[in-house]
Order: sequence, then C-alpha cells, then structure tokens
Amino acid sequence: MIREKTEIELEAGRQRRRLMITSGPGLIWIMLFLILPSALLLGIAFFSSDDYGNPVMPLSTQSFAQVAGYSLLGWDSGNILVFLRSLQQAGIATLVSALLSYPLVFFILSQRPSLRPLLLLFIVLPSWTNQVVRTYAWMELLGPNAPLSMLGHALGLLPPDLGMAPGSFAVTTGLAYNYLPYMVVPLYASAEKMDWTLVEAGRDLYASGLRLFWHAVFPQTVPGLLSGIIFVAIPAFGDYIVPQLLGGDKAMMIGSLIANQFTETPDWPYGAALTLIMLVFTAAGLIAFRVLSKKVGGAEEAAI
Amino acid sequence: MSASQTISATQRGAISLKGVTRIFAGAVAAVDHIDLDIQAGEFFTLLGPSGCGKTTLLRMIAGFETPDDGRIVISGREMQDVPAHKRAVNTVFQSYALFPHLNVEQNIGFGLKMRGVKTDERKRRVDAIMELTQIGQFAKRSAAQLSGGQRQRVALARALVNEPEVVLLDEPLSALDAKLRAELQIELLRMQKRLGMTFIFVTHDQHEALVMSDRIAVMSKGKLQQIGPVLDVYEKPQNVFVAEFLGLSNIWPIAGCQGHNADTPLGPLVINEPYRPGALAMIRPEKIWVYTDTAAPRERVNLFFGTIREAIYMGAATQYRVELANGQIVLAFDTNNQAAERSWRPGEKVAVELKPENIMLVQP
Repeated sequence: MIREKTEIELEAGRQRRRLMITSGPGLIWIMLFLILPSALLLGIAFFSSDDYGNPVMPLSTQSFAQVAGYSLLGWDSGNILVFLRSLQQAGIATLVSALLSYPLVFFILSQRPSLRPLLLLFIVLPSWTNQVVRTYAWMELLGPNAPLSMLGHALGLLPPDLGMAPGSFAVTTGLAYNYLPYMVVPLYASAEKMDWTLVEAGRDLYASGLRLFWHAVFPQTVPGLLSGIIFVAIPAFGDYIVPQLLGGDKAMMIGSLIANQFTETPDWPYGAALTLIMLVFTAAGLIAFRVLSKKVGGAEEAAI
Repeated sequence: MSASQTISATQRGAISLKGVTRIFAGAVAAVDHIDLDIQAGEFFTLLGPSGCGKTTLLRMIAGFETPDDGRIVISGREMQDVPAHKRAVNTVFQSYALFPHLNVEQNIGFGLKMRGVKTDERKRRVDAIMELTQIGQFAKRSAAQLSGGQRQRVALARALVNEPEVVLLDEPLSALDAKLRAELQIELLRMQKRLGMTFIFVTHDQHEALVMSDRIAVMSKGKLQQIGPVLDVYEKPQNVFVAEFLGLSNIWPIAGCQGHNADTPLGPLVINEPYRPGALAMIRPEKIWVYTDTAAPRERVNLFFGTIREAIYMGAATQYRVELANGQIVLAFDTNNQAAERSWRPGEKVAVELKPENIMLVQP
C-alpha cells in the first residue's frame, strides 16, 4: 500500500524548495565571491614565491615572517610602522568625521523636514562619484601651489616649496572627507529618532550646554555613532587610493603595501599573507567592538 | 487688599500668569491671553480636551516654550529671561522621559548631580525619596525593566527629590490602567499635601481633575473657560462648554423669563437664579428626582411626566433617558440605594422633578 504523504510532509517539502529558491542565489554569490577567493588567499599565503613573485611549492610560512618584518636582511620595523600608521590614520579619520558629523547632523535636523533629505543628499552625493577623482581634487587643493599650502608657507608652518600633500595630514584629510557620509548617515538615522522629551527632561533637571548634550543627547546617538565608527574605521584602515595619492612614501598604509605585492614588485604569497593578517585584525576589531557595544547597551543596530 | 495680593505673588511656589499667549507658526493662538494666579501649595489642575492649549501653557511655565506675549512670575520672580534649567520647577512628563542609560537611582539623582549636590548628600536624599515613593527595591534597575506604574513613581521621585517650588505634571497617569491610576491619584494627592509643594496637573480626564484638585481651570481653544474650586466648577459651571466637559448635563435654551418662570422647550420652568438674557438652563442628571407616575408629588413645581426610553445600569446608579409627552428628552440618574426591583424599565411611565435650586443658568 502506498502511503499518501501527509499535509505536514508536503508543507515541509514546499518550505525546503522555497528556502532553496530564495537563499540559493545568495549562497552561490557568497561561495563564488567570498568563500572561494578567501580560500585561495589562504592557500596562496602558505606557498613560497619564485623570482617573479608567483606562488610555488614547497609550502612555507615564509610570507608570514615577511609580514612580521623578517627578511634576508634581518628584522625591519617597516611593516609594523605601516600597520600602526594605518590604525592611527583610521582612528583619526574616524574621530574627525564623528566630530564633523554631530554639528552637521543637528544642523540638518534643525531645518524644515522637507529640506532635510535634500541636505542629506548633498552630503552623500559626492560619494557617488569616483573616489580617485575626488582624491585628485584634494591633491590639487593641498598641493604646493594651492592657497592652503601658501598660507602654510606664509605662517611658517610648512617648509617652502612643499605642499600639504603628499603627507600624513593630507591622508587624514582625504580619509575623513571620503568616509564622512558613512558617519553622517547612521548618525542622522539615530538622531532623527531621538526622543526630544529626554532633552527637555535634562533641561528640566538643570542640565545645559555640553552637559545637556553629554547626558541627554549623546547617549541616544550611540547606536548610530557605533555603526558610523564601523563604517568609517574599517574601510579607512584598508584604504588604498587615499594614501596612494595623498600619502607619498612616508605615509604608506596597509592598503598600498598589499597592492604593491601584486603590482610593482610582485610577491603573491606575501601579499596574500598581508591580506589575511589585515582580515584577521579587522575581524578581531569587529568582534571586540561588538562586545563593547553590547556592554554600552542599546547598540544592537551597530552589531553587524 | 493690594498688600495681600503682593504677598501672595511673591510667596515661594506661587505662580502668576498675565496675558500669556503662544501662537504657533501661522495658526490660531494655542494659548490666548491667559490670566491666572496659582497659590503656593495648591493642587491646581488645567483641564481641557486635547489641543486646548493646557500642555502648551504647562510647557511655558516649565520654560520649554517661550510665550509670544505676556508674563510668567514664579515665586515673585519674572521668568522672561530664565531658561528651563534655571527654573525652580520640575516636570513629570507624560512619557516619563526617564534616561534609558541610567538606572533608577541615577535617574532620580540626576537633577541633584547637575546642581552639584555632593555624593553622600545626594544619596541620602535619593534614598529618602525612593522610600517615600516606594521604589527602593528597584534602585539598581534600568527604566526598561520597570512596569508603567513603577516608571511613573520614578518620574515623580526624580522631580520631587529636587524639592522644587512647583511640580508640573503633564497627564502623568494617562498611560496606566484604571485601577493603578486610581491608586496613584490618591497617592499623588497625599504626597502633595505632605510635601506642601505647588502641583500643576494637566489632564483631559474630568473625573481625575475632580478627585485630585483644589482648584480647576477649564480650558478650551486656548482660552480659560472657568477657574474655581472643584465644587464650583462642577456644580456652577459658567458656560455650556464647562457644564458638558465636566460631566453629563441637561441643557435647554430659555426663550424668555417672567420673574422666576422661564420659558423652555420642556414648558414653563421655575428657576431660582436671576435670569440673564441668552442664558440656558442646566441641570445635572443626578439632581433630578424620578418617581413612578402614580406616586409623583403632583403638588410640586417643575414636575414633568414621561416614559422611560432607556435604562443603563451602571452599578452604583442607573442612567435613565426619559421622553416627555412633548418629545423632549431628560437625562436622569437614580442611585441604586433600593432593592434592584425598585428600578424602572423602558416603557414605564414616570415623572421627573427638577428642583428650582438645582437648576443653574449657564452662558452659551
């Protein structure tokens, strides 16, 4: 006797099919463009490199030693410095964009509701054009013959004939400029939802000025701020274009260092190892951040 | 007389409003030339429907809104240039507005901290007020972990701990269920009497206003309709709006009046109050006597015969809609102080008596 399938079993089958149809494309995408390249990267990092920088047998951890700064000539602090500089630049750029975002966000919120999306658009709009083009613009603005640099010369802050770009300052500026929208948007989102009666409660309870901001406004924007920090700090840490164009040799960041291993002086296993290390640090940073934001509380949105 | 007025105006916790007006962009005045004197230690209620301007008025006293015209004087001090954070008033917000990142204790101590009260002194006062408001066991909890009633107490404690001259309460009980609400009404009242602070209470609930207040100001469309002790406002409303807002009422126009005989749609009605042209006759349903028609005291004045059209049993009383012979409707309450069989059913013939002393004259 053929047992008829029960309604429950049929429903389970339908659900399985639905799941496959809906999540299938996404899974394939992730497999093809995330898992596979990462696996490749992981593999390559453990090869040796030949004279042309291509990965060859035998397997070795040579490239990781290189990342740490060891080479034929002994230990060199270069990579550590690049790493620290990347951290520092990302940190400063995040701080600067956060400091700029707060007044900006509250300025936008102080405008008529109908005007707000437009103002927000003005902030986001530049990020729709190519990052290279915008960074070139900063090269011009901060270059040796630009008014800003001339002002620097006149004030004696800058040696004659040198511009503000290339250099660390230019990189910070470029990064902060580039990633500002990624701070403004999440901050705006949380500031827009703000409960203004809490601000009134603060005023009612004798707080004003900075203390009012700190106790009644700032805590409400923390979820947005945390999201913004992640959106700015992580890409800024690995940014390639800005340090490449505005940095010069002395302001190299990890993104440029990695790019060099695949272009100018190829060394694929070394480049792969650098990328892996960067990924590990980014992931560690994210996890640490998540733990932190859970402690701060009310920051579920920030936990990506 | 002017001397006593000066004293009351400068008293700690007294409030004086003179011609206070607030007009929101392009709209009609939300608060329209309000003159009001609130005495120190009074439980004063601003009562009115939503949008009548009562909350705006409260917000101007708190300093969250600036009057477009008029003066606000608190404890003898002109408030014109005094920002919210420098006013000796504290607000209990409708939404409670507890800081979500602070626990109960920190929320309550916030105002003291902002004023620079030292840690040990602060702790002493916070503990005392938590005891008074019975929330001591929640000291370390965050606002999110509290029930509505508990939040309400925290919000109240957070205002009271600062020992303000005036406490402003913006519909503080409106989010609570009926039973809790009734409990907190009494508790709030006891606390106010004990602490002796001026309370200004905003509500749209006439019952709440009657239960709690010393005096009530009834507002409508930005204007004061009537100010007075609870009893006066309910028993002797000055106009139709106040009469209807504070409870059920029967109101009839008066076509003319000869001495004490008013000509109303009911027929001739004997009134005690002196007639003013344009006035209407008003009587509360509970002031009307209902009789079975055969047992009616026919010798009395203002006795009208009719038929019960609707009887709504409400526990303590029954509400009757009586249709008179001429088609007029009279609303009457009868206390259920007799056996249940004594009440009337729809269709029964009854008489209603409107005693002249219970008939009030109100302005349109």
